[in-house]
Amino acid sequence: MPRKTYVQTTINGENVEFLCEPRQSLLESLRDVIGLTGSKEGCNDGNCGACTVNMDGRIVTSCLVLAVEAEGSNIETIEGVAEGNDLHPIQQAFLENAALQCGICTPGFIVAAKALLEREPDPSEDRIRFWLANNLCRCTGYDKIVRAVMDAAQKMQEVKS
Amino acid sequence: MTTRQGTDSNVVLVNQEFDVVGTRPIRHDGADKVTGRARYGADFQSADLLYGKVLRSPHAHARIKSIDTSKAEALEGVRAVATSSDFPNTYAERTSRRYQSNNILAGDKALYVGHAIAAVAAVNDHVAEEAIALIEVDYEVLPPVTSAPQGMAPNAPVLHEEMRTDESGTQGTEPSNVATHLQQVLGDIDEGFRDADFIIEKDFDTATVHQGYIEPQNAAAFWNSDGRVHVWTSTQGAFPVRNSLSQILGIPVSKIRVTPMEIGGGFGGKIPIYLEPVAAVLSKKTGRPVKMQMSRKEVFEGTGPTPGSHIKIKMGATRDGKIVAAQAHMAYEAGAFPGSPVAAGATGIFACYNIPNVLIDGYDVVVNKPKTAAYRAPGATNAGFAAETVVDMLAENVGMDPLDFRMLNSSKEGTRRADGTPFGVVGSTEVLDAMKSHPHYTSKLEGPYRGRGVAVGFWRNIGWKSACSISVNHDGTINLLTGSTDIGGTRASVAMQAAEVLCIPAEDVNPTVVDTDSIGYTELTGGSRTTFATGWAAHEAAKDVVNEMIQRAAMMWDIEPENIEFVKGVFRSKSDPELSMTFKQLARNSRDTGGGIVGKSSVDPKGVGVSFAGAIADVEVDPETGKVTVLRFTCVQDVGKAVHPSYVEGQMQGGSVQGIGWGINEEYFMNSEGGMDNFTLLDYRMPTSLDLPMIDTVIVEVANPGHPYGVRGVGEASIISPPAAIANAIYDAMGIRMENLPMNPPAVLAALGNGNSEA
Repeated sequence: MPRKTYVQTTINGENVEFLCEPRQSLLESLRDVIGLTGSKEGCNDGNCGACTVNMDGRIVTSCLVLAVEAEGSNIETIEGVAEGNDLHPIQQAFLENAALQCGICTPGFIVAAKALLEREPDPSEDRIRFWLANNLCRCTGYDKIVRAVMDAAQKMQEVKS
Repeated sequence: MTTRQGTDSNVVLVNQEFDVVGTRPIRHDGADKVTGRARYGADFQSADLLYGKVLRSPHAHARIKSIDTSKAEALEGVRAVATSSDFPNTYAERTSRRYQSNNILAGDKALYVGHAIAAVAAVNDHVAEEAIALIEVDYEVLPPVTSAPQGMAPNAPVLHEEMRTDESGTQGTEPSNVATHLQQVLGDIDEGFRDADFIIEKDFDTATVHQGYIEPQNAAAFWNSDGRVHVWTSTQGAFPVRNSLSQILGIPVSKIRVTPMEIGGGFGGKIPIYLEPVAAVLSKKTGRPVKMQMSRKEVFEGTGPTPGSHIKIKMGATRDGKIVAAQAHMAYEAGAFPGSPVAAGATGIFACYNIPNVLIDGYDVVVNKPKTAAYRAPGATNAGFAAETVVDMLAENVGMDPLDFRMLNSSKEGTRRADGTPFGVVGSTEVLDAMKSHPHYTSKLEGPYRGRGVAVGFWRNIGWKSACSISVNHDGTINLLTGSTDIGGTRASVAMQAAEVLCIPAEDVNPTVVDTDSIGYTELTGGSRTTFATGWAAHEAAKDVVNEMIQRAAMMWDIEPENIEFVKGVFRSKSDPELSMTFKQLARNSRDTGGGIVGKSSVDPKGVGVSFAGAIADVEVDPETGKVTVLRFTCVQDVGKAVHPSYVEGQMQGGSVQGIGWGINEEYFMNSEGGMDNFTLLDYRMPTSLDLPMIDTVIVEVANPGHPYGVRGVGEASIISPPAAIANAIYDAMGIRMENLPMNPPAVLAALGNGNSEA
């Protein structure tokens, strides 16, 4: 078996060190080594978006990032979106708008939507649909997800002003 | 009733409003699911865990001459290898048990590309994957059967030499790929066509499609030294998994405990088992827990898609618009083992209409593709595409508005379906009314290459067994246990029905889905049954709590229980107005009246209410590329009673979009060797957010008299109409009749190029 490599990262604001094989993905390390199982594996080839995390300010599908590439990076996963017990407005909007059914795609959608609203606080419906097009949901038909993101954007704007 | 959805207002025809049922509380498992804390099957962890992988057949049809696992066993890190010889496999030929066992690990034949042949348990996934590549299988490759018509042809390669056609109970004499030929008859079909002024005949082919849940199948198992097996899995039904495991492993159900993990979508595809018995056998061999998870390729190649089909329809109508005869020939692919949903498809194909003369022939045909599994109203979408296209053509011939034509012929209470069942109270005409008056239908659609289409569909729903237990907390809240996998918000819709009885808020219920050791027998989550049947169980268990609390109040007040009533959340003496306590007060004050207060129920309800749903679709066709874009879409469905309207809308929207994907995009691209070429989610293209408009919904509520709150069930009917509605819209836009699914750009271009216009 291949020798393991030492990796040092910041995950959800905490210093995290772990060992991984060169062939292991970031997703695999997050789930099986570090124990953060909120990022989900739906396809392992970057097409479903269920494993979406924020890496140094960019959203990436963590199944397509090798764990060794995470050395020195700053990663935010779904587990880091809420502040303690206070849900992020996007999480709250998903609940209030019934924007999840089975919930397996929800972490990826929330991480992606948060990145969108950080860049564009008031996106149009089209813009939301474009930004979320790499996240597949098979349950909802996207209607309530798009509405939840619009709702969260509006509430976040209201808090600001 | 109010709704957030777009332009419509819901049509409410129930006579009764409730305090909790019909409201929109936040789901009880919501916080776990928006924070990543919810534990799905693949999230299972345990000390000492091994990882399992499956070797799969590269051939669509081959005899397995030998399997040599010695090199795999010798690899460092490998702990066990399993093949079908590790299953008892004591079932007689031609039994569903034998077929099921041979699907999970192949017997003497590999019957599709992706058919499981052997499995390995190793210290990690990567070693397991290396090990399966070291297993040597000697195959004798055979020619494959890749479609139902090919399988039915004379001299077709035979998948199962022992199989004989079941002709309505009598066995055929020759080997055949047709497992079953069923027939449904009403009236006299020849006489019906003699009465018709217009007759339309048309053939349709639909491609194999997949349920497409985002979470791949998974299972973990630990075979304890005391002989008990514990399985953790994402499944639609923990008890059905226990039953199947018992049969395949040859051990009693009492030796098996199944814990249903959170499930990442199923749509019918997570009813059958695949990995569970394999993980169990590997655990038995190693004495360690074993976890297995499929790759996406394995999901496509190794788990139930829904059948491709070949359907011929002939329908006749009189000049004044009455449908007088309908005939269907339906050949459905079962996949490698018998059991396509052709019977359900046959039951639904003409059920929307009151037709005096019907003849339906259904064929369940084995082919060299993965064994099909249920998919949301299984069998009905294929049938609906064919029938509703022909109905549209008849309406045009007669010269009627397509919804008026459907209304004139609509099934109603008392109409007898071709399977012999008469309808009870149904919302068929109410759905058509709601479609006709909807602002979507009454609006004008402008622009070139644009068209509008409608279609309707019928689904029968199921009841089946469910259990529930409730314990009352001293603070006046309750803990509620069920065995029903929560696949889309049913913790809420079940809890709300208990809350309604006890007159407490939905938030005062803590619903938990528990394992098979912890609750009475409960059937799968499927068939639109959970809110109907498990909700009913919750209603009954709550009534049991009320009865027990009346006993406690009687003790406290020293009066007869018969003298106490429970009205609007208050227990009170019928004679002494001084004696009265709310549910909460009594819960708090009853500590010294005995042990904790519990209620229980176990039900098998019969009053199933069937569903009708309809779709209105506006499309734009790109004449250069053939691409169809859905511009606007409305789903109308009779749900009986919407317990949690937001999740009811969600079911309707989700089903609609699966229907849209089935209609215009999705298919298994099969190569000449019988393998699937597009086994990634890039190439098997399900709709993304960018492909769709908002999906408008109209909830019609014609109460089901067979349920305490009028619930019918909502999960399935919405998927049936979209492909036909889109096909009819394409015709409206371009004057071409689409005959095959999917209606993807090459198919639309071909139809345009062929001038296939029947206008």
